[in-house]
Amino acid sequence: MLKSRKAAALLIALAATPVAAQTPDAPADGTPAAIQPLGLGRPAMAEEIAAWDLDVSPDGTGLPEGSGDVMTGEEVYIEQCAACHGDFAEGLDNWPSLAGGEGTLDRADPEKTIGSYWPYLSTVWDYVHHSMPFGNAQVLTADETYAITAYLLYSNSIVEYDFVLSKDNFAEVQMPNAEGFIEDDRPQSEYPIFSAEPCMEGCKDKVEITMHASVLDVTPGGEDAVE
Amino acid sequence: MTVRPGTTSRRAFIRAGLAASAALPAAVTAARGQEAPDPLITEVQDWARYPGDGVDATPYGLPIHFESDVIRRNVSWLTADTISSINFTPIHLLDGTITPAGCAFERHHSGAIELAKPDYRLMINGLVDRELVFTYEDLERFPRMQGVYFCECAANSGMEWAGAQLNGSQFTHGMIHNMEYVGIPLKALLAEAGVKPEGKWIFVEGADASSNGRSIPIEKAMDDVMVAFKANGEALRKEHGYPARLVVPGWEGNLWVKWLRRIEVTASPVESREETSKYTDTLADGISRKWTWVMDAKSVVTAPSPQVGIKHGPGPLVITGLAWSGRGAITRVDVSVDGGKNWKTARLAQPGVPMAMTRFYLDHDWDGEEMLLQSRAIDETGYVQPTKNALREIRGENSIYHNNGIQTWWIKKDGSAENVEVS
Repeated sequence: MLKSRKAAALLIALAATPVAAQTPDAPADGTPAAIQPLGLGRPAMAEEIAAWDLDVSPDGTGLPEGSGDVMTGEEVYIEQCAACHGDFAEGLDNWPSLAGGEGTLDRADPEKTIGSYWPYLSTVWDYVHHSMPFGNAQVLTADETYAITAYLLYSNSIVEYDFVLSKDNFAEVQMPNAEGFIEDDRPQSEYPIFSAEPCMEGCKDKVEITMHASVLDVTPGGEDAVE
Repeated sequence: MTVRPGTTSRRAFIRAGLAASAALPAAVTAARGQEAPDPLITEVQDWARYPGDGVDATPYGLPIHFESDVIRRNVSWLTADTISSINFTPIHLLDGTITPAGCAFERHHSGAIELAKPDYRLMINGLVDRELVFTYEDLERFPRMQGVYFCECAANSGMEWAGAQLNGSQFTHGMIHNMEYVGIPLKALLAEAGVKPEGKWIFVEGADASSNGRSIPIEKAMDDVMVAFKANGEALRKEHGYPARLVVPGWEGNLWVKWLRRIEVTASPVESREETSKYTDTLADGISRKWTWVMDAKSVVTAPSPQVGIKHGPGPLVITGLAWSGRGAITRVDVSVDGGKNWKTARLAQPGVPMAMTRFYLDHDWDGEEMLLQSRAIDETGYVQPTKNALREIRGENSIYHNNGIQTWWIKKDGSAENVEVS
């Protein structure tokens, strides 16, 4: 990684010497050696970046101006979202439920919804605005997205019915499961345990089958056995 | 003229009879002696008399129709709609390590889109010195590299957390493929833009309606990540991200963004839908792990297995499977035929390659008795693939993702097989 333009200039100068040109510092794994600007591509225009740089971060970075209230959100939601997610964000068929599930994360088959699981409100706004409605993405305005997000907060009993969400109060909303995540700890919690020399002989006294897939019989195709 | 073999009913009958007798263990010894001359040898067959297809009969060929069962399959009850769904590589019928693109699993969040090379644009923006736009032709002018890597969905084997559920290695372990990629190092693209010192992450997204944005630490981005445009020598298939996708060696497939359209250098992760509500691993106490990018060492016996039982009776038996690790090369695979009481070290077809699939074989003399078949991968870090119960002791049963526990196939006396769990 080049830390500065000075380093880049130095690399270019080195590459221009005959020795460097004849014996490029190519790694043994065959990856290209030269990591220096080649002058490819063109500058991105501000309008182009604005059209594609839509993501919103947990601190609200990326949110556009605008606002929306729960009541408006309910109307837009019924029109745009309810066919899959249900009138009350409860989810239909295999489509995800967006509300409910509080207190289920430590039980069998936890119900993961915006209210019970999602740590950041920015994720809701970002995903609704960029990727929803499923099959017709990127049609919701900023105000409609604020309104739908407000309605989803209401559906999860996080705000009252008269709540208005805007860029200004966005960061004040606390998601119930915000503290429910830890960074990957496998290097500490698992790798030492799973790095012992494995047993090769007489590793168990007896072996019994404890569960059969055929009990559930959910395999598609019916091709699961030799005739 | 096309002449297909097996067109006479008499031949078909004879062949069916031969197949049936071979499935009876008691007939194995007798089968070595032939009662009558084999007409496939003594009679001139159509294919030995008449010519076959000329060149150009299929300008781009598909596998011969006898292999029509070697296809991707989906499990319809898993997802609400095939547009946002996954299917499974038929690993039970493949051998070697390279997955043919035509049957390599697909995972779409909003369907496989058609994006032509002239319409392709890749933007780099955010914390860089120069915010840039590249065309597909620009990508082809960067110094090129190649590498063989497995791409495994984090949810591979995810249906098995609570117990044995699906009968077949295709369904239990088929959310994976292994291809030879050609592309350019992501670090070359980032150098072109000039990453600012405060740029600690990249956020990558695709051109499809889902966008499937993911955050990746800059260290990984600057290490071995590729922007690939070829797989197994040819252009990426539509369903694998044509014309360009991200290749993130050793890390979960969801990060391998297809139809890559934008790379934003950021100071912190975006925490998108795909890295918060999905692809996070809930532990027994309700706390969830996030940023679990690495795929740990894993293996599976691909055959014999429930979809491909033993049809030849006792005697020489090839037990084979695949092993891989996101943390380096596979160094060893052990196989047990008795449910983990005793293990034998299998033969690696070739030395392990970092973050790529390794094929293993155990040349076994089957006594015709039941077997509880398992495989156990070991990688260059010394990590030993754990049992499912060992994983459950640490994680519980609600993780969905990253189930790399040891798989057991119960091989019965008749050669059929079932997915089971053992004590």
